[in-house]
Amino acid sequence: MGSADGIDQWIRPGPNGLEVNAGARFHIDALRASECVVVTHGHADHARPGHGRVIATPETLAIMAARYGENFTAEATPLPYHQDMVLGDTTIRLVPAGHVLGSAQVVIDHNGQRVVVSGDYKRKADPTCTAFEPVECDVFITEATFALPVFSHPDPETEIAKLLSSLRLFPERCHVIGAYSLGKAQRLIALIRQAGYDQPIYLHGAQQKLCQLYQDLGIDLGELKPATAGEKGKPREDLAGQIVIAPPSALADKWSRRLPDPLVVMASGWMQIRQRAKQSGVELPLILSDHADWADLIRTIDDVAPAEVWVTHGREEALIRALALKGVKARALSLIGYEDDAE
Amino acid sequence: MIHFATLLERLLFAPRRNTKLAWISTWLTECPPADRGWGVAAMAGDLDLGRVKHGVVRALARRVLDEELFAQSYDFVGDLAETTALIWPQHHDDNLRPNSQAPSLEDVVLTLQGASPDEAEDHLAGWLDRLDVTGRWGLLKLVTGGLRVGVSARMLRLSLAEAFGKPVEDIEEIWPLITPPYDDLFDWLEDRAMRPSAEDRAVFRPLMLAHPMDDAMAATVSPGDFLVEWKWDGARVQLASAPDGVRLFSRSGDAIGPAFPELVEGIEWQGVLDGELLAGTPDAVEPFQHLQQRLNRKKASKTLIRSRPVFFRAYDILFDGKTDLRPLPIEARRDRLAEVIRMLDHPLYDTSAELRFSGPGELDDLRAQCREGGLIEGLMLKARGSAYQQGRIKGVWYKWKRDPLTADVVLMYAQRGHGKRSSFYSDYTFGVWTGDGPEKQLVPVGKAYSGFTDAELKKLDQFVRTSTTNRFGPVREVAPTMVVEVAFDSIAPSSRHKSGLAMRFPRFASIRWDKPAEQADTLETLKALT
Ligand SMILES: [Zn+2]
Repeated sequence: MGSADGIDQWIRPGPNGLEVNAGARFHIDALRASECVVVTHGHADHARPGHGRVIATPETLAIMAARYGENFTAEATPLPYHQDMVLGDTTIRLVPAGHVLGSAQVVIDHNGQRVVVSGDYKRKADPTCTAFEPVECDVFITEATFALPVFSHPDPETEIAKLLSSLRLFPERCHVIGAYSLGKAQRLIALIRQAGYDQPIYLHGAQQKLCQLYQDLGIDLGELKPATAGEKGKPREDLAGQIVIAPPSALADKWSRRLPDPLVVMASGWMQIRQRAKQSGVELPLILSDHADWADLIRTIDDVAPAEVWVTHGREEALIRALALKGVKARALSLIGYEDDAE
Repeated sequence: MIHFATLLERLLFAPRRNTKLAWISTWLTECPPADRGWGVAAMAGDLDLGRVKHGVVRALARRVLDEELFAQSYDFVGDLAETTALIWPQHHDDNLRPNSQAPSLEDVVLTLQGASPDEAEDHLAGWLDRLDVTGRWGLLKLVTGGLRVGVSARMLRLSLAEAFGKPVEDIEEIWPLITPPYDDLFDWLEDRAMRPSAEDRAVFRPLMLAHPMDDAMAATVSPGDFLVEWKWDGARVQLASAPDGVRLFSRSGDAIGPAFPELVEGIEWQGVLDGELLAGTPDAVEPFQHLQQRLNRKKASKTLIRSRPVFFRAYDILFDGKTDLRPLPIEARRDRLAEVIRMLDHPLYDTSAELRFSGPGELDDLRAQCREGGLIEGLMLKARGSAYQQGRIKGVWYKWKRDPLTADVVLMYAQRGHGKRSSFYSDYTFGVWTGDGPEKQLVPVGKAYSGFTDAELKKLDQFVRTSTTNRFGPVREVAPTMVVEVAFDSIAPSSRHKSGLAMRFPRFASIRWDKPAEQADTLETLKALT
């Protein structure tokens, strides 16, 4: 095992987020407009518009362009997975994080020491993105969104099976699934397709652009149709027994009035907590997360065997406690600005 | 246990009563027969596993997880049973696949009933190892006794009727006679035995209920068709007296005798009476709020019995001794009732008088009198010649309520509804003015969820969305500009509400789009209605 000594001299949390200062200055997932930023993935709280230069995987750059327009940055530098790039006195490399299409960990080498910034990541199978690869390092900077022992995400197949059995049981009801529009929606569709469902799947307007982008980038999502409104504000009876995917915020909004007898489904890691799911008015909770669960967070830290773990955002207290019990040195960076409730 | 845990999970998430009923019926026909009774008892709240308290569950959690990590988890989840079910390690080895050697619900109940807390903890640990997360959650919910899946005893009886093809009335009738695991019930449901008998037992008999009558129908009522009496503003009760005791039941069948000892002590007569529990004495009836003070207590002190007297105003008789009078016409039952009350000669028992009227005009006059004094809710009309039948039978008993009170109030807060209304702001809090000049402000006086049409709901929803001034979680505060005329049955002083008033059954009467908010009613106006 290497040592973490002195690493905080060249990488540390600053006002704009995690900041590297070694011959060159750059940020990772900067929270505010900054000069040079390495972006781990396209979720809005990690990928913001207005930076001078953005270094990211080609897929992440395409997602940012789709969300913010082509001019989201003055200079977009694509860095495909596993290619080295020199930045000042550091060498950086992007490695798959398995979170959403294009998502990457940032591996930073400097002076014979190595830091890995995980970004958001998961270890469970996802047909829409490249699987996570553990990289041994001296400091592992990890997320902690689901860092509580209560989170143990089941196999996605069992969750999809629940959805399909509900469709068989309630063929007269429109199954409307709340799913985050980048990553979750496309993974959900791909998993439904894997389970053999080949009917068209209907999309809320806010889901269409990114689904189209995924398809353009070669991810097969089958036949997708817009869930447009019925005539004169009446529900669209032809959506009975169909699957509609919408952003979670639309489920209880006026938009949902176009759906005939909707059965509210939600696909999220938070659905593991029954009382929470119940309170949010969900009738069928699907536990489907794009983040690592408790066991996978701990397993990953075992895999990358760092001298120290730094925790960016989420339930860092619990993770730090668990690592202390294992004799692993860990501390919280308390980065404010990354959300976890959108997941 | 797996079947039952799966059922609990389905019930928790099923938003509709009909869906819940269907899930219970399915479970009744699919689960191991020996588990059915215990499951029904658990959902009905009639299962006491005694010594498994929260301490036992916490001790279990300590076996598998660091105390601090558990505290953080519990803090996040907010429910002890669920937290423990989630943190319990899932076994994956082939000798102990989840659910492969799971206990039955019957095993769980019978084992725990005789177990000490330490023994219970060991048994539970063994079972948790053999269950998947749903099974663990169901097991821990069961043993800690907080199922909260939105199922009433009535729904269970409907599901039993549905699953076994028996009339729900027959199940209602014997419900008070049976105890978990209800072997005699299932023996009868599956045609292995006769229906359990209530003979010589003071048990609750299902009540006959009334339909509302509207003004149009009331205009056609003649004295030859209906017998009429006051609809008293008290609590519906049933007195059952048999060799095994004298019991007083609430309208839902709960035994409330200990709260009203003066009504059950010293009753020698045997039979079943239907009537109204009222505050005051037969000569001087008092308002419902006085009765409320007695209803809120499980037991009554001597002082309370003296300061808040109550009495039983009988209007029907179901049994005299062992004789079932329910098939008799109402006139015959009332004659017998009068005899029994005379013979009983008890100062706290009288009969509800029959009212004389010659036709619809006089009926109207009678109803107009109800508002005076606030002690009478309206009129009861009972079809001549009718038998006493359980439930709400069409065309037999009617209630014709007095006109409601109304007030013009200002909409203050709105919240989304449930189920079909979940995309609408359909739950409204309203208030009236208090204070003068710069001190003038709105004080909330009630909540209403009904009384508007679907078209009005759309407009109200639109108003809320465009007039929001503040949000508190799911609640939106709206600009105080919309006036609503609300109707309510009565209004009474209340120390539990900020306004000092509590309304009974407020609902929308009309939306006063025309009326400026400043002209809405004041707290003083409402106080004058109490
Ligand atoms: Zn993310």
